[in-house]
Amino acid sequence: MRNSKVVSLEEAIRKSGLKDGMTISFHHHFRGGDKVVNLVVDQLARMGYKNLHLAASSLSDVHSPLIEHIRNGVITKISTSGLRGELANEISHGLMKEPVIFRSHGGRGSAIASGELHIDVAFLGASSCDELGNASGCPRSENAKSICGSLGYALPDARYADHVVVLTDDLVAYPNVPKSISACDVESVVVVDSVGDSSKISSGAIRDSKNPRDILLAKQAAKVIINSGYFKDGFSIQTGTGGASLAAVKYIRESMIEKGIKASFALGGITAHMVKLHQEGLIGKLIDVQSFDKVAAESIASDQDHQEVSSVEYASADHKGSAVHALDIVILSALEVDVNFNVNVLVGSDGIIRGAVGGHPDTAEDSALSIIVCPLLRGRIPCVVPKVTTLITPGKSVDVVVTEYGIAVNPARPEIAERLVEAGLKVVDINDLAAKAKSIIGEPDALPFGNKVVGIVVDRHGDVLDEIRNIED
Amino acid sequence: MMFVPGNNPGMMADAHIYGPDSIMLDLEDSVTMAEKDAARLLVYNALKSIDYGDTEMVVRINPLSTPYGKKDVEAVVKAGVDVIRMPKTETADEVRELEAEIIKVETELGCVGRTRIMAAIESALGIVNAFEIASASDRMMGIALGAEDYSANLKTQRTPGGAELLLARETIVVAARAAGIACFDTVYSNLDDMETFRKEVELIKTLGFDGKSIINPRQIEVVNEVFAPSQKDIDKALRIIAAIKEAQAKGSGVIAVNGKMVDRPVVIRAERTVALAIASGILDKEEAL
Repeated sequence: MRNSKVVSLEEAIRKSGLKDGMTISFHHHFRGGDKVVNLVVDQLARMGYKNLHLAASSLSDVHSPLIEHIRNGVITKISTSGLRGELANEISHGLMKEPVIFRSHGGRGSAIASGELHIDVAFLGASSCDELGNASGCPRSENAKSICGSLGYALPDARYADHVVVLTDDLVAYPNVPKSISACDVESVVVVDSVGDSSKISSGAIRDSKNPRDILLAKQAAKVIINSGYFKDGFSIQTGTGGASLAAVKYIRESMIEKGIKASFALGGITAHMVKLHQEGLIGKLIDVQSFDKVAAESIASDQDHQEVSSVEYASADHKGSAVHALDIVILSALEVDVNFNVNVLVGSDGIIRGAVGGHPDTAEDSALSIIVCPLLRGRIPCVVPKVTTLITPGKSVDVVVTEYGIAVNPARPEIAERLVEAGLKVVDINDLAAKAKSIIGEPDALPFGNKVVGIVVDRHGDVLDEIRNIED
Repeated sequence: MMFVPGNNPGMMADAHIYGPDSIMLDLEDSVTMAEKDAARLLVYNALKSIDYGDTEMVVRINPLSTPYGKKDVEAVVKAGVDVIRMPKTETADEVRELEAEIIKVETELGCVGRTRIMAAIESALGIVNAFEIASASDRMMGIALGAEDYSANLKTQRTPGGAELLLARETIVVAARAAGIACFDTVYSNLDDMETFRKEVELIKTLGFDGKSIINPRQIEVVNEVFAPSQKDIDKALRIIAAIKEAQAKGSGVIAVNGKMVDRPVVIRAERTVALAIASGILDKEEAL
């Protein structure tokens, strides 16, 4: 067609005007199946680029090839929400000269919108795209192979980056509508064999945890919600994707049906569980920044009441349209919670980065009721501790912590504690939970942290919240 | 009663959080020969160091005829176990042999009479001798059916309806009642078939069993639901007990509640209803008092 923007990856990079030292960005909607980051950075390395700042919405196990590019000086700075696997392990051991900047999803959206995180060239994978760059995470032809649903985390990049390259493995006829990314924001379109491994992008169906501890925690979390005072017609809810959070939805559903209560909307990462409740008429609308499974991805492609939002609209602290400001209840998980209700979801108890900030601090801060579901013990690791290894969500944002040994309520929310006690739930002092963990496991040895700062946690308002130091063997 | 393998520290550490009435740490069938000593040490330390609250702690030991049985008795009595479960019990003499072993250790510790015994009956001979086993010792607190070995011994196999177990189940209930002790039904091991499990629990409740052995926390809810008395029954039982207490305080013998005479069996049933309501978690202990 006339004005087609389809070019090779090398050409797209040349056209973008990318120079050494600039910032490139990526989204993580293809999760563990992502092929875009490695493909693009390999090409940049071949073309001789150095000293680039890689700003991704998140990075995972699949991105371990970046280790070589960091060693070779292609990538010298990283901003992300999460890090996992070998890349995280190497960075925790001091691979990079500059510390990794960790932001929440809402924080990243705000930083991009405000210019604090300026993106020179965004490389955005899409499940379908036309020759002008109208792109979507939904399938639009029989050839669609890498479907991710919402492209919420990519939208700020598309809108604010100086130059946008869309990569797709399904080039479809113009116009590719409805679109997530508008051709108006796109400079080049690159057709590749595959943007993602579909088997690792999303699971096919509802995953029901059979882990008895998850079920126990889920039932307790559901009881907390039902008796919290926020469980009334028109409430709104968000859940994390841990086994216990997902299972909690199942028990809340039973109570919603029994009491004739309906939710106005569900927010955030949308799962098959939420889609099911929506289809049953129990949840009015789905506001989707990330579709977590195939069912959610199919739903967003076909259901008017299931809408995509950008990370800015989802969870930014300062944006006037931010959906978290209207959120009543959020259920979240944690790697560690401390006696001041501070939460760590990023750094393991071994001092190695193994998680993601995600929307945790955003939703905890802005929701009316934030519930952390966390076992007291994971094997021999205590999860309720005197002080978190790394501060991600400040305790002032956290209202309730649910463990298998009892429920702790932030002293700042005495009215919630009162309601839970009245409902017959086992409410305990969080200090007693930490003491219980210690009595079972004992005092863990101090972690062998070094003096090098390998990560900086920036909160959603743009302030430094904590730093992560290197771990020594 | 929840079965927990005696060689799995993770499961042993948090088995009580799911709220079973009793936990049976197993040293017998779930532990291989090579791990017998390690499991014994683990179980000893679990009993000594983990706060199981008011959950009744049972250990299934290896038969005394094996090289492990006596060592198991010594370790778990020293660790302060509530109940020793003897597997594959066939005669009253075996119970008395176990009792003698327990007394040996208890004498050494200066706590004679602390440890109670439960006998698992897992063979045709055991069923024939059920009453003698149940009444073999003052320490006997219950008898239980072990259905896998029993059905193999009968030269049949387990079926969903459980026809092959009917005589054994009824015999165990009758023997336990005649001896004045408790009786527990066997495990159901298909965790994905909660419907058949529920039917089996309903059946054994009707037969008169006091409880069910389980192998996973997910089964607790079903057992509690089936065994839980209705609110109407609980209210009635509480009224009867209150009336009895009042009558005793006044020194009167015969009482009536809602115009009906309350005699001994009615009181016993009321007490059992309240105990079940507490065990099922639907009645608070303090409320019942």
